[in-house]
Amino acid sequence: MSSSRNRILARVGVGLAAVPILLAAACTPGGSTSDSGGPSVKPSSKIATDPAKAGKVSLTVWDINTSGGANDAMVKLNQEFQKKYPNVKINRVSRTLNDTKTTLKLALSGDNPPDVVQANQGYPDMGAFVKAGLLTPLDQYNKVYKWDQKFPKQLLDLNKFSTNGKDWQTGSLYGVSQTGEIVGIYYNKKLMKQAGIAAPKTWADFEAALPKAKAKGLLPIQFGTSDKSPAIHLFGVVQANTAGKQAVRNLVTSKGGEWSDAGTTKAAETVQSWAKKGYLSPGFNGLSGDAASANFAKGQGVFRIDGTWRLAELEKAMGSDVGFMSPPPAKAGAPNVTQGGEGLAWAVTSKSKHPDVAAAYLNFISDAKADDVLAETGNLPAVAPPTYKPKAGTLTADIFSEWKKISENDGLVPYLDYTTPTFYDTLTSNLQQLLGGKQNVKQFTGNLDQDYDGFKSKSK
Amino acid sequence: MTTTTAVGARNDAPTAKKKKSRDRSERAAYLYLIPAYVVFGFFLLYPLLHGVWISLYDWDGLTPATWVGIGNYTDALSDPMLRKAFTHSAVLIVFYAVIPILLALLLTGVMTHATKLKRLSFFRVVIFLPQVVASVVVATTWTAIYAPDGVLNKALSLVGLEAVTRPWLGDFAWALPAVGLIGTWVEIGLCLVLFLAGVSQIEPELYEAARLDGAGAVREFFAVTLPGLRPQIAVAMTLTVVAGLKSFDLIFVATRGGPGTSTTVPGFEVYHRAFDLNQVGSACAVGILLTVVILIVTTLIQRIDPGERA
Repeated sequence: MSSSRNRILARVGVGLAAVPILLAAACTPGGSTSDSGGPSVKPSSKIATDPAKAGKVSLTVWDINTSGGANDAMVKLNQEFQKKYPNVKINRVSRTLNDTKTTLKLALSGDNPPDVVQANQGYPDMGAFVKAGLLTPLDQYNKVYKWDQKFPKQLLDLNKFSTNGKDWQTGSLYGVSQTGEIVGIYYNKKLMKQAGIAAPKTWADFEAALPKAKAKGLLPIQFGTSDKSPAIHLFGVVQANTAGKQAVRNLVTSKGGEWSDAGTTKAAETVQSWAKKGYLSPGFNGLSGDAASANFAKGQGVFRIDGTWRLAELEKAMGSDVGFMSPPPAKAGAPNVTQGGEGLAWAVTSKSKHPDVAAAYLNFISDAKADDVLAETGNLPAVAPPTYKPKAGTLTADIFSEWKKISENDGLVPYLDYTTPTFYDTLTSNLQQLLGGKQNVKQFTGNLDQDYDGFKSKSK
Repeated sequence: MTTTTAVGARNDAPTAKKKKSRDRSERAAYLYLIPAYVVFGFFLLYPLLHGVWISLYDWDGLTPATWVGIGNYTDALSDPMLRKAFTHSAVLIVFYAVIPILLALLLTGVMTHATKLKRLSFFRVVIFLPQVVASVVVATTWTAIYAPDGVLNKALSLVGLEAVTRPWLGDFAWALPAVGLIGTWVEIGLCLVLFLAGVSQIEPELYEAARLDGAGAVREFFAVTLPGLRPQIAVAMTLTVVAGLKSFDLIFVATRGGPGTSTTVPGFEVYHRAFDLNQVGSACAVGILLTVVILIVTTLIQRIDPGERA
């Protein structure tokens, strides 16, 4: 008895004795990065645009294009780049978005980070990296490669940050994106006919179609959110319509407004009433987004609110039965507004030994020729190649034209989880509770405001 | 770890006479322990202390941290979310430890009397199998079983229990017990194998004596088997309770803490704070708190075992 107690005390004692030694030897966590970090102003010398003259270079590239067409495109583009510049070797490390989110931070803060990485836009990722001085500002490269002439301003702005990482969509450029993406409404043409629903021209038309489908014994909206993120898209699309694009943009970029404002409150009421009236898949909180998408592909559900990244998957499964539209506007003929943006930004790390080659690589995988490769492999390029004409009436054609309409008419509102570093968590978990009837609208908007106000008071 | 220190402990009461020679042999014993301690120190003690140190800072994992002292701990202790997570852990212990041990004891009682049953080893293997399957595979499989149109709901509606069907992992009241039952399924095998091994070590004379005294199967179980299994029960409890407290993988794959926050546990909170929310200091504080709780609980459990007392 007493010896076992001694044993424990001895164990603890050894540990406690070591603490002061360790503390004395240790410096502040993250301290080492501050030496090399801070706003970096590379490159100061003249930019070399020809990687062929760079000698033997090995470029480590981290991307998130692990599946299907996205992977095909990267394999092909990397091959072509190495064929054009045999002196450059590309070490590709491809991981899913989730895996990247958890490992990229560690890799970037290490001594030997990759040269090129795909960083998610917004405060939680890109903002944090910029603040820690881990990414190279690309303004000088922008002048050389003229990215601002290729990409619409609102797309390029998504990859900008002030050098202190505090203000998003303004300041220096930290990356370029290859692909575009919007959230819209996929519809099953057969089931729409069966339910006697005409293509909705206004938001009211769309809302009126839901009870109509229900009355015919059909599932109005195929939806599952056990993996949490799909609820953001459902809510975001509705909010873009009820609150309007300026209000949403102000909220996400911390420029003003509250999440309990009338427009956002209305959106919360709307989605909760959809759940109550049975317009969403039964058991949606226990159904994953992928499973719901597969159900929709099998012909269950008239509508599905999801992103254009489902293109290849749904077209393959449903052929000409599936169509895509952006969420219809409040008034017929008014410009469409929806959630969306572009693929993760391709950025150059600040510790890269070959920033010029890395920037040339960025340009190579996002230029007009690359757009052709992307389109051929079933991806949606951020700027659609003028020569690429998908067959009319296909899902690809729908998605290409809707994207063009939205991105050129300033119709994008940013994803809501960009709002604060903790907002993804707050929003998804509260949406599950709102939709599951565990929370009323007032509690819901109150919780969002709490997170938002906390972030604002801390950062300003 | 326990056995090596136990050896040292037994040598602990030196008499003045033999002290010198014992000192020498003790020194030699420590020499043998050095490799183990180096490994232990490098892979366990150092990371642990490093964790303690980080837990005293407010750190996003990237930019220089700011010293907050015990701030992360006071924040964590007053965080209703974390209290909820520990409450969930307590519920999980029922499913990971209490139920499996009771069921395994019952099965042990049955199996010791079913020696004539053919293929007994087959049943043992089947029950033990969940232990050797990777927990991610277990979680993925059970997620499919619990799905709204999964096997469980189909089976329920087949026997006319349609009213009971629900999205088990998406139901605010049922998600936690549903995850817990996966743990029950996994842990029973471990307990059973431990207990069966323990029964084989009980003196057969004890059973004979009990039978001569006219004890039935139930009496025999409580009079002979149960007391004889005390060391194994202590081991099983330690392992399963710790498994329940540090559960992370099942939650991560099956529910990600959802729906809402109805299945968050401290282990998941550590990951979530460090990697999703960029609150590394707070994550470390939660991890340390969890370690302390586990240390306390395992120390308490070890008192059940008579063999551990000196």
